[in-house]
Amino acid sequence: MSAAASETEVPLVGSQYDLRVGLGEKVGEQGIKEALEKGDPGFVHSFTTGSAVDGPGIRVVAWLAGCQFRCAYCHNPDTWKISNGMPVKVARAVQVIKQYSHGLQTMKGGLTISGGEPLVQHRFVLNVFAEAKKARVHTALDTNGFLGDRLTDNDLKLVDLVLLDLKAFLPDLHQRLTGQSNQSVLEFARRLAELKKPMWVRFVLVPGWTDDLAEVERIASFAASLGNVERVDVLPFHQMGRFKWGNLGMDYVLKNTDPPSPALTNQAVERFRSKGLTAY
Amino acid sequence: MSAAITTPAPKKKERAAPPAKTPAAAPIKKAKPEVLANKVDAWRGFKPGLWQRDVNVRWFLQQNYTPYDGDAAFLATATERTTGIWKKLQALFLEERKKSVLDVSQIPSSITAHAPGYIDRDKEIIVGLQTDAPLKRAIMPNGGLRMVLNSLEAYKYTPDPKVVEAFSKYRKTHNEGVFDAYTPEIRACRSSHLLTGLPDAYGRGRIIGDYRRVALYGVARLVQQKEREKASLDAQMSTEEIIRDREELSEQMRALGELHTMAKNYGFDISQPARDAREAVQWLYFGYLAAVKEQNGAAMSLGRTSTFLDIYFDRDLAEGTLNESQAQEIIDDFVIKLRIVRFLRTPEYDELFAGDPTWVTESIGGMGDDGRALVTRTSFRFLQTLYNLGPAPEPNLTIWYSPLLPEGFRKFAAKVAIDTSALQFESDSLMRGAWGDDGAIACCVSPMLVGKQMQFFGARANLAKCFLYAINGGRDEISGKQVGPVMEPVKGDYLDFDDITAKFDRMMDWLARVYVNAMNVIHYMHDKYSYERIEMALHDYAPVRTMAFGIAGLSIVTDSLSAIRHAKVKVIRDETGLIVDYQTEGDFPKFGNNDNRVDYFASALVSEFMSKLRKHPTYRNALHTQSVLTITSNVVYGKATGNTPDGRRKGEPFAPGANPMHGRDTHGIQASAASVAKIPYRDAADGISLTTTMIPTGLGRTPEDQVTNLVGVMDTFFGATGYHLNINVLNRDMLLDAVDHPEKYPQLTIRVSGYAVNFVRLTREQQMDVINRTFHGK
Repeated sequence: MSAAASETEVPLVGSQYDLRVGLGEKVGEQGIKEALEKGDPGFVHSFTTGSAVDGPGIRVVAWLAGCQFRCAYCHNPDTWKISNGMPVKVARAVQVIKQYSHGLQTMKGGLTISGGEPLVQHRFVLNVFAEAKKARVHTALDTNGFLGDRLTDNDLKLVDLVLLDLKAFLPDLHQRLTGQSNQSVLEFARRLAELKKPMWVRFVLVPGWTDDLAEVERIASFAASLGNVERVDVLPFHQMGRFKWGNLGMDYVLKNTDPPSPALTNQAVERFRSKGLTAY
Repeated sequence: MSAAITTPAPKKKERAAPPAKTPAAAPIKKAKPEVLANKVDAWRGFKPGLWQRDVNVRWFLQQNYTPYDGDAAFLATATERTTGIWKKLQALFLEERKKSVLDVSQIPSSITAHAPGYIDRDKEIIVGLQTDAPLKRAIMPNGGLRMVLNSLEAYKYTPDPKVVEAFSKYRKTHNEGVFDAYTPEIRACRSSHLLTGLPDAYGRGRIIGDYRRVALYGVARLVQQKEREKASLDAQMSTEEIIRDREELSEQMRALGELHTMAKNYGFDISQPARDAREAVQWLYFGYLAAVKEQNGAAMSLGRTSTFLDIYFDRDLAEGTLNESQAQEIIDDFVIKLRIVRFLRTPEYDELFAGDPTWVTESIGGMGDDGRALVTRTSFRFLQTLYNLGPAPEPNLTIWYSPLLPEGFRKFAAKVAIDTSALQFESDSLMRGAWGDDGAIACCVSPMLVGKQMQFFGARANLAKCFLYAINGGRDEISGKQVGPVMEPVKGDYLDFDDITAKFDRMMDWLARVYVNAMNVIHYMHDKYSYERIEMALHDYAPVRTMAFGIAGLSIVTDSLSAIRHAKVKVIRDETGLIVDYQTEGDFPKFGNNDNRVDYFASALVSEFMSKLRKHPTYRNALHTQSVLTITSNVVYGKATGNTPDGRRKGEPFAPGANPMHGRDTHGIQASAASVAKIPYRDAADGISLTTTMIPTGLGRTPEDQVTNLVGVMDTFFGATGYHLNINVLNRDMLLDAVDHPEKYPQLTIRVSGYAVNFVRLTREQQMDVINRTFHGK
């Protein structure tokens, strides 16, 4: 009954709902720099094999560590620092994905890479996607689009579907909400539209921040103008990440904010539908 | 009697895909003049074949059923009549829940002991009750007088002295016989909860009479068949086996006669075959009713009746004597009867098997060996009862699932599972590959060829406790008593993998021997003192017999071995030197995450224990099988088992069946299911149970997404080597609310290991166990 752990068998344990910190600290700054250049290893916060809400069908989802946004409502602030993630070699990630590739095809699902912000580790993402495509697995990238320029048109061929997280439309609302400008986000969206890349838009409805229906209207108009948006998901803000802010000693401005009412959420969905978009 | 046998039809070679027509109503043929006459040819329109010469329901079915590959749009909702009857019963259910038992009859139950009973005589379409009033429970002392007295006492009834006298002075019971022949070793294992749930104090169940035969052939023909079978033994030398067989056949014939009398008392002559759908359902139900009057087995399953009955419904619809609403009404009324089957039980029994389960398991769907799906409109109609009457745990609707089944059915079944959490799914390919396409599930996960196979049910052994015995040299970790054989306990401060596996191997050897010993005694005595006359009358002579062992605590032992192998486990002893607790240093892979380093242990354990069982001879040379299934005894076993090396604390429930331990499967449902799917079916041929709970939004954001994704999950699981899926689609918050406000959720049904139960009827402990399980898709 022996089962010696081999070099590639990093124990990939832990769920995406747990607080995960410092898993990559041993690698050190220099190590992280090299990893980013090579695209191997990647720094992974967690993964699951059975998500039905991160793209079409049932999917394997990997959440990568590292993000340049500082969203006020983030429910995974432990993904902001890349050194919080587990170092995972490309070979190991591919090994795990291949275990499920047949099932993912049967379930009309695939692989989604999310995070954090996956494009912080764009070379790792492309390495993994390349192998996934070879295994005939559908690939989806869940991104805020800020670093879209890092992907060439050729690179984008490895991505079957982009899940674009549009946080806000008004530039200074976006700046306050995420800590960054949204100009490159919108440019990335337009570029994807030109390439006719299938896209789903994800929009988080945050009370007190993005629940102004005029803002929803603006995002809806923008999404409708692109022409490649197959689906819009309005995600109501939730508090499942609240404990993480506390544990990390960070100041959570939304600590006492309740999720939006179902009525408001429906209204937001309707705004998107009124522009001819399929929205849920 | 039936028409003379015509030349058999040419052998069917239907490998073609199911007919591609749209689901229009079957063309209404003009009824022939003979139909209108008084004496209707029961077999009119049926394709002739060998099923007329021999008693063989499967041949009849294969030649005459109509596959249906459309969707659920044709189904009818409940009629006022149906709703009225169900409402009447719901009032009685409320009363029953308050008193635990609504009423008791102290007439010792038998096929003919009770006068006819009705819910609403004028309005019922299918008739027949176990006693003379709905929900009134009968005593069945043949299994054991002591149990009957305990139950009566528990529910505040005074035992009838005549009954007590009869069964203490004049009629020995199964329970007494068993304890006369048990060895001290067996008794010690029972009282320390190493072996629990053995059917030595209650009916063994898990026998499915082929009730369809009553409808297809009528009782007279079945008696004739048994006479022939008995006569074939006349020339044989009277050895013990032959003598017993002859006696059993005589009892079977007697039981068939009693069945006929019982039906006559309700105003029906069932000596002849059923002539239409209503009679087919009624005859079939009478067969089943006789079984639940005669026996109180834990599981009294129905079989695989829906596709069979559909042949009659189809014929009636074609003849124009029935419309869809009437067809559904007959099924609704039948299912109502199945939902009110009741047995008088002791409180200890209820702890093991919570919520009054009867396991009236109906097997729906599946593929036929010739490649056609066995899905019919009546398959849909049975599922529709969950809407027409609301969700309920009984009958235990079980889908024989295959990715090859028509999409319309797979989608409807998924929708019903999401809406009601009342269905379970099992692998058609694994079961059909082993037993054939006319199998049915007995109880939760045990397949058997209907009318040709029966089992000797054996509950389960506590594998986790056996593991602890290995660590403590045979001493019980809670009582300190020497229960197992005296062996060297673990020396030193840390558990060593090679040392533990060697000790465990020997302890399992011993346990397997005691287990087979106990089972042989139990089933010898059950045959002798509480024989299932009518159920076996509806089997072929000399059916295949399996002896169904079981194991509990698989994931605990698996994770413990992983901890010992991949981390360091320190032991903590009490003053007597008994190891009572463990401290693990370091991390280790856990079962349920599709990691071969740990999953391997689970599969290997199943195979090893099976091979140890196989070494010992069984009563009547029954074939050894085992299941990985716990019912609600996972809570009871947990209470009786101390701290385990995997980190589980003393008293905490085991995971149900083959489930990974609560919360340890952290990578989603595919990984969790993949771990369980590795358990080899050939060494757990009596079934491998996986109960999974998903929150609705975890399956997708819209109802369509949810159905599509659930179908995808099942196609994948059952397209690979997965065996069984109990599916719950619920929110944890709703369950928490139901714990505190049961009155808001009278019909909330959830699946626990291998069966479904009314959530509000579980004990608080059992409810919390369910709530603490992994909810996928949070």
